[in-house]
Amino acid sequence: MATESGATEAAGMPQLDFSTFPNQIFWLVVTLVVIYLILSRIALPRIGAVLAERQGTITNDIAAAEELKLKAHEAEAAYNKALADARTEAQKIVAETKAEIQAELDVAIAKADAEIAAKTAESEKAIAEIRETAMDSIKAVAIDTTKEIVSAFDAKATAADVKKAVEENMKAIT
Amino acid sequence: MATEESGSVFSFHPMDQFIIKPLFGDGEIYWYTPTNVTFWMALTIISVVLLLVVTTRKRATIPSRSQSIAELTYGFIYKMVEDVTGKDGLKYFPYIMTLFLFVLFANFLGLVPMAFTTTSHIAVTATLAFAVFLAVTLLGFVKNGPAFLSLFWVSSAPLAIRPVLAIIEIISYFVRPVSHSIRLAGNMTAGHAVIKVFATFAAAVALSPLAILGVTAMYGLEVLVCFIQAYVFTILTCVYLKDALHPHH
Repeated sequence: MATESGATEAAGMPQLDFSTFPNQIFWLVVTLVVIYLILSRIALPRIGAVLAERQGTITNDIAAAEELKLKAHEAEAAYNKALADARTEAQKIVAETKAEIQAELDVAIAKADAEIAAKTAESEKAIAEIRETAMDSIKAVAIDTTKEIVSAFDAKATAADVKKAVEENMKAIT
Repeated sequence: MATEESGSVFSFHPMDQFIIKPLFGDGEIYWYTPTNVTFWMALTIISVVLLLVVTTRKRATIPSRSQSIAELTYGFIYKMVEDVTGKDGLKYFPYIMTLFLFVLFANFLGLVPMAFTTTSHIAVTATLAFAVFLAVTLLGFVKNGPAFLSLFWVSSAPLAIRPVLAIIEIISYFVRPVSHSIRLAGNMTAGHAVIKVFATFAAAVALSPLAILGVTAMYGLEVLVCFIQAYVFTILTCVYLKDALHPHH
């Protein structure tokens, strides 16, 4: 480009050279119209569509996520319900088993009590027998001892008197 | 001082970068002549196509990096229009997007070394600004009828000062396209001219480190300014559009 051609105009501002105004304005208008057509026909609708589509995709994804969340909540509720059911079932079974065992236990205890009572009665009877024989033995020993003591004092007493006296004394004790 | 001495050595032509030249030959510039304006505006069109059309050709739901940039740009302006003008302003979104992308890419392409900055010319920015001004004013009257004039009648102010406010409002309304266009062209022109001045000093060995530092710093600032001016131009357009759609304070 020839740089020296404009040297004569260098004194003033080229901006104020009105002879170039029609040229600039003409090309400016051409440029603006071209840019406007490119923007309004191609660029802006395209970008607008892309942005709208993205917005749509995001909205859909959020909706899907919301739905999945709802499903997860439902599943959780179902799980909790199943868990609660199982727990009550288990408790029922436990209670039943406990009652059964209790009943068996009661029967066994009653049986054992009866056996114990029988054994106790038997034992008491045996003890009573033993006590009886012990009493007789004591009486015999007491009579013998008394007889010896009386004879040692040289007192005169018949066997029948001694026996009678001992029996009276023993009755007084027991 | 070195600068005074070098004044004769350096040839300062900081404004040469703004000269409009025919692409082919050296002839007269007619309204249809393909010039460097044509060339750099064509590059803005290609940039727009690269940013918004090529990157999105896959229409991926999960965007690639380049598609993300396209979507971010779209979302940025879409949100701006929605926030400033409300839902009913969204049908003007393509027009505002056109303005933003043109200004943005014209600004940034101007930062390419040896580039020509189309938005540094008042002819371009004034055309844009007056187009916005006329469109918004016509829209205001079409949408609201004479009620559009209530924009200048500040009903929240005390009755006595309303006429004064109305005059101020009317003046500020008509100054809008001027400030709108000069702000953009001025920022672009000034930044590029300053870079060019620094670059001229870089020809002197003693000054070149400082000059290159200056060019680098200015370039960084200009990158910021390029975006901010495109943003400001767009958001002001949105604000004017809001006034046209909802003139009642």
